[in-house]
Amino acid sequence: MLPSLLAAASGFTRPALDWHAFAPEVILVVTLVVALAVDLVAGEHNKGLVASVSGIGLLAAMIPLVTLALDDSSRVMFGGAYVVDDFALVLKGLFLVAGYLTILLSTNAIAEGDYHEGEYYLMLISSILGMTIMASSRDLISIFIALEMLSIPAYLLASWRKRSKTGIEGGMKYYLMGVFATAVMLYGMSLIYGGTGSTILTEVGASLGGSFGHTPVAALGIVFTLVGFGFKVSAVPFHNWAPDTYEGAPTPVTAFLSVASKSAGFVAILQLVFIGFGGQSDIIRPLMFILATLTMTVGNVIALRQTNIVRLFAYSSVAQAGFILAPLSVISAGNAGSREQVLSSVVLYLLVYTVVNLGAFAVIITVSRRTQSGEITSWGGLFTYAPALAVCMGVFLFSLGGIPPAAGWFAKVLLFKAVLSAGTTGAYAMGVIMAVNSVISLAYYLGLMRTMFMDDVPDGDVTPVKTPVPLFAAVGLTVVATMVLGIVPGLAADLAKGATFAFLPGR
Amino acid sequence: MKDLLNGWGPTAAVFLPLVGAAVLLAIPKSEETLQKVVALASSLAVFFIGVALMVDFDYDKSAKMQFLVDKTWIEMINSRYIMAIDGISLPLIALTVFVVPLVIIYSWNHFPEPHNPKAFLALILILETGMVGTFVAQDLLLFFVFFELVLLPMYFMIGVFGGEQRKYASLKFFLYTAFGSALMIVSILATYFLSPKVNIDGQMLHTFSMIELSHWAGSGLAKGTAILVFGGFFMGFGIKVPMFPFHTWLPDAHTQAPTQGSVILAAVLLKLGTYGFVRIAIPILPIGAVWWAPIIGGLAVIGIIYGALGCLAQTDMKRLIAFSSVAHMGYVMLGISTLTSFGINAAIFGMVAHGLITGMLFFIAGSVKDRFHTLEIKRLGGLLLQAPRMGWLLAFSCMASLGLPGLAGFWGEFPAILSAYSPADGLNVALFRFFMVVAAIGTVFAAGYLLWLLQRVAFGEPTEEFKDEHIHDMHLTDYLAWSPMIVLIVVLGIYPNLIFKVTDGAVIQSLSHIAGH
Repeated sequence: MLPSLLAAASGFTRPALDWHAFAPEVILVVTLVVALAVDLVAGEHNKGLVASVSGIGLLAAMIPLVTLALDDSSRVMFGGAYVVDDFALVLKGLFLVAGYLTILLSTNAIAEGDYHEGEYYLMLISSILGMTIMASSRDLISIFIALEMLSIPAYLLASWRKRSKTGIEGGMKYYLMGVFATAVMLYGMSLIYGGTGSTILTEVGASLGGSFGHTPVAALGIVFTLVGFGFKVSAVPFHNWAPDTYEGAPTPVTAFLSVASKSAGFVAILQLVFIGFGGQSDIIRPLMFILATLTMTVGNVIALRQTNIVRLFAYSSVAQAGFILAPLSVISAGNAGSREQVLSSVVLYLLVYTVVNLGAFAVIITVSRRTQSGEITSWGGLFTYAPALAVCMGVFLFSLGGIPPAAGWFAKVLLFKAVLSAGTTGAYAMGVIMAVNSVISLAYYLGLMRTMFMDDVPDGDVTPVKTPVPLFAAVGLTVVATMVLGIVPGLAADLAKGATFAFLPGR
Repeated sequence: MKDLLNGWGPTAAVFLPLVGAAVLLAIPKSEETLQKVVALASSLAVFFIGVALMVDFDYDKSAKMQFLVDKTWIEMINSRYIMAIDGISLPLIALTVFVVPLVIIYSWNHFPEPHNPKAFLALILILETGMVGTFVAQDLLLFFVFFELVLLPMYFMIGVFGGEQRKYASLKFFLYTAFGSALMIVSILATYFLSPKVNIDGQMLHTFSMIELSHWAGSGLAKGTAILVFGGFFMGFGIKVPMFPFHTWLPDAHTQAPTQGSVILAAVLLKLGTYGFVRIAIPILPIGAVWWAPIIGGLAVIGIIYGALGCLAQTDMKRLIAFSSVAHMGYVMLGISTLTSFGINAAIFGMVAHGLITGMLFFIAGSVKDRFHTLEIKRLGGLLLQAPRMGWLLAFSCMASLGLPGLAGFWGEFPAILSAYSPADGLNVALFRFFMVVAAIGTVFAAGYLLWLLQRVAFGEPTEEFKDEHIHDMHLTDYLAWSPMIVLIVVLGIYPNLIFKVTDGAVIQSLSHIAGH
């Protein structure tokens, strides 16, 4: 058997590997192995070491990103299936930062709770590894592999809470819905492959420009593929898993899912929409218009009624996904200027949203360590006994709501700008829908503000909140970043503007 | 001095309060006197910068943007850090830097509950940054940032330091204004894309510069588009003014806000909306303005009558004053809606006058509340007997508010009504004359409710409830805070040219694209 296989594979030549381009992923793999080894030898009380190793590994993985960025040339591997261009670098940076902040958020929560501690970080790192691969995948199959790599550990993490029914229910829901969405997506991909004869996105894009692109099969393939990722970014109507999963999962995992996992979904959507299905904007526009409108509106309206803070943030993150989808609803194959703005506005929003939402979750974790409750009422009068935390949370909430001078305002303005840059009636309609939705979202962000600043402390207990060092660092870093990016938006905006795809079909 | 102001004057006026607030936050909570001194010192420093700007302002060229600063801010979308002052913004900047120190002096021993001078003063200073920033920003996006920045401190001031219904009122205030701003940002971006590109350092780029956009003035824009884009601005500014039917947040916000909040709200915040019309909406989209003018005028006179009737129905002194604001802003908006230089000059005067007079009324209402612990009109009475100085000042302010000639209120109201007699070309003269008649009837109502208020609060004998109580007349801080306002109300009433000659040139220029100018 074996010899015959080897004989059949005689034509196989090892593809050229660019180790520099692979360095971030390699470092993550090494980190994974080291962390596993540390977990094996470390005693029950020294599991914090695993967290430290993982954190250091994530930071180390950022170094090659910088050298690659300085190098300034896009690197292509595996016949175009794996590309390290500016877009990939910026997004990899985002995933690594999100991962590092998640570790800061996790250290205390996971050590104090009834959790498997060492394995937790292994799962986290593998998921981040999947995400960094996603940022470079320019091929249907590698996108699929990356998606599975990042999702499977996330399914596990979602049900990490031992002996908790809600945790297991949430994890189960996430898993089943995820698998279902993946099946739909794979079906879509198979239709695309069947029609175009290629899985490389640039080639797919080129063939879709031909006669196949006008067939209903192609439309079906595109819609199914995108819908599969709609699940990942919790777009309505594929969002039902989010609130239960978010509530059931350990809070740091919720933070991770709402930010990193969601961004990974968007990365895939952007790659598909801009490279693979770039010419098919007539199909994408209405699909995204409906998805964005539904996602924003449903997410916001349901968020108004939430009494649990994590569920509130779950629906808020659904609504935010709608905002991020909105610019895609005006995308047009002919209008290159507008396409550029859509891409950079989405990337910028992802960057800002990552920082802000993780900051908000850092405050949530810090506060719930003291209150031991997820109810919003337990946040009453936070300002009286923890003024600094309350002010930081205020900054994050205003940023999410898009009120200057916190960073969110500029990201939101850019989304508006990208939408309006198309100049069509649909674009203006979307602009007004977004405007109305930003006001609805303010209602519940302000509701939480009111609880923190204006309500009385529920049980009169005003002992201060203890902030452990990792959480302090997480809140401090994110709040400073939020303010700086709000006042000097150029810093992140330039990064987002530079995050362009190196290879597009027909270039 | 002049060179220094040219480069840094507006910037210093905008950010100095913020520096003050930062210093304030570093002072320990127990050092209350130090906190007050720092807050007062920074607001006074801003006041002196304001005075220096006024002294160095070239009044012969009030239409020209002076002290212009134009630096790169967000290169990616060519939004620039442009700050400048012309004849339209100067009076409003002066009003702002003048009122804020007085409010801080008034606060000295009157901090609202929960007692937290540090936070309270910091909020006032942040507010000042937002307000001055809005008046000097000449880039639409920068303007938007300051316009929104004002919301935050006001929200907390009402929500934390306000009355019984403070939570409801603060949320309503925030959501209403945020809704307007959200539509406004759509219009700002539409303006950005629809206007032609301009040459910036050799590159052709879209621009947010209000100066460039006013030169363009919507030429070549389809009428329907101009009307829609103006509609977005109308929502943003109209809610802030507030115009009928978007006024419902105002009585709640005013009634629930602490005295200082009410004064700043009345004196400056409402003017952000009217200023927006004069500075942005009308010069940039004159075609849209002509279409909207009858609607604005109509809503303005409805506001005048509705506000007046609302006043007559109030049982709470502060709520009554709040409704009178709706009526007074109606006169301002009527002046603006005529699209004539006469009307808009009157409107700007009206903004300043209303700021001083209504601010004064809120100060007195605050002190009445402080002494009697109630503002219910029927429980009050005989203020002239118990606290004669306060009583006479209330009488003075009511007279000023109802537009007595010789006091500032007159010059805001009367020319605004008169200007409706001959609106700009292209507007329906008969309709505006009808508005004029309605607005004139409104003045009678105004006299009615203000005199009625005065009669019930100040005249007669004190009620049973407070008959034997010792009511302290004015405190030292009251003298210090109020006398400058009183003096200014009189001075502007006697010599209104002080403002008219500043605004006239700039207003005429801002209307240069309206037919008939």
